[in-house]
Amino acid sequence: MGLPPVVVGLIFYLILSRSGPLGFVGILYTPWAMVIVQTALATPIIAALSHSSIIGIDDIVRKSAITLGATSSQAAVKVIAEARYGIMAAIIAGFGRAIAEVGAILIVGGNIAGYTRVMTTTIALETDKGNFELAIALGVVLIIIALCVNIILHWVQKRGVTV
Amino acid sequence: MELNLSISNISKAYNSKKALNNCSFTFERGNIYCIVGPNGSGKSTLLRISALLEDADRGKVIYQKGSEPLNNSMELRRRITLVFPKGGLFNATVFKNCAYGLNLRRKNKGYIKEKVEETLGDVGLIHKMEQNALTLSSGEAQRLALSRAIVLEPDVLFLDEPTASLDPGSVIIIEKIIDILKKKRHMTIIMATHNMFQVQRLADKVIFLYNGEIIEAADVNKFFDSPDDERTLKFINGEMIY
Ligand SMILES: Nc1ncnc2c1ncn2[C@@H]1O[C@H](COP(=O)(O)OP(=O)(O)OP(=O)(O)O)[C@@H](O)[C@H]1O
Ligand SMILES: [Mg+2]
Repeated sequence: MGLPPVVVGLIFYLILSRSGPLGFVGILYTPWAMVIVQTALATPIIAALSHSSIIGIDDIVRKSAITLGATSSQAAVKVIAEARYGIMAAIIAGFGRAIAEVGAILIVGGNIAGYTRVMTTTIALETDKGNFELAIALGVVLIIIALCVNIILHWVQKRGVTV
Repeated sequence: MELNLSISNISKAYNSKKALNNCSFTFERGNIYCIVGPNGSGKSTLLRISALLEDADRGKVIYQKGSEPLNNSMELRRRITLVFPKGGLFNATVFKNCAYGLNLRRKNKGYIKEKVEETLGDVGLIHKMEQNALTLSSGEAQRLALSRAIVLEPDVLFLDEPTASLDPGSVIIIEKIIDILKKKRHMTIIMATHNMFQVQRLADKVIFLYNGEIIEAADVNKFFDSPDDERTLKFINGEMIY
């Protein structure tokens, strides 16, 4: 779950670079490379949180579905449906993880202005250049987005808690 | 459909501790069977295995249509259902919980609505139809769990302590429903209970389980008046030492 993002970025860089095994695809320094590395970073988090919310559903729910006439796959669907709020929370947590990412996407995206430069990498670059106004402004926007994500996450988790 | 159930030489152990030992019995259609016995004697286990929710280690659960044995198919499983003592309700409205089994059977919407409303009316939950099932009181939850099963009109209905958390009035209502299911629909009802008065009110036959073994199985009158095994007598009189 806790993969160090910079290392993941480095691994994908090596895979996608011209001399790497997937170099022929030619997507290093494109948004595609960033999407792939973000997916690789968020998927384990979403999977782990979803898994723990699904195994948190009492087995009696599955047995009830079965005894009411469900096939085993229909019962599995029911159990997943019972974990829906936990799964939504997992997806939001994954999203929160992705919008905060800097290192990995910097490595595979190259921070090319107007193409692979995103808010977090802009902040890093502008701070480096001493251009604090832009960095702070973007920082505020990013914090507001993160705050919204957290509010939604909190709301979803609260809805999931019944009784 | 005439569905007959018998179990033969059922044994089951959990972590090498015996829960059931060589249980055999034939259930006759249209009767109410009450299974009694101390805590941990294997009542719930016997119900789960008979309802095909769990496999026995040894022995057989045999369902027959007339005298023709049926294999463990979806069609058979949809003619029997078990109500757990608690839990297993879905995070959805009372209506949706009750409609679940009918939806699986692809009944049409109009039929489902009519049938679910009728059944929720019977168990006294019609005014709670839109409430989330997980917010019900434990007695209401138990009645919903029962309604979810009886709405399906199974041939064999297994009930695990169906009135354990009900108030006295609700107990009587549920017992009436169970009695009607037997008389009007000729359902075979097999229930575990700790309430000896309930056994006397409802049962045609009583099965006494002790340490995973069927010690006594008799008509209700004989069971209470002149049981064959002295352990049965001790149990009934509350003198059993565990
Ligand atoms: N899933 C399980 N894992 C381990 N042991 C189990 C399991 N299910 C039942 N047992 C054990 O099997 C024995 C019989 O349990 P069972 O639930 O059938 O008893 P019961 O007669 O229904 O008791 P009660 O009156 O308390 O409901 C008990 O000793 C119990 O601890
Ligand atoms: Mg039990």
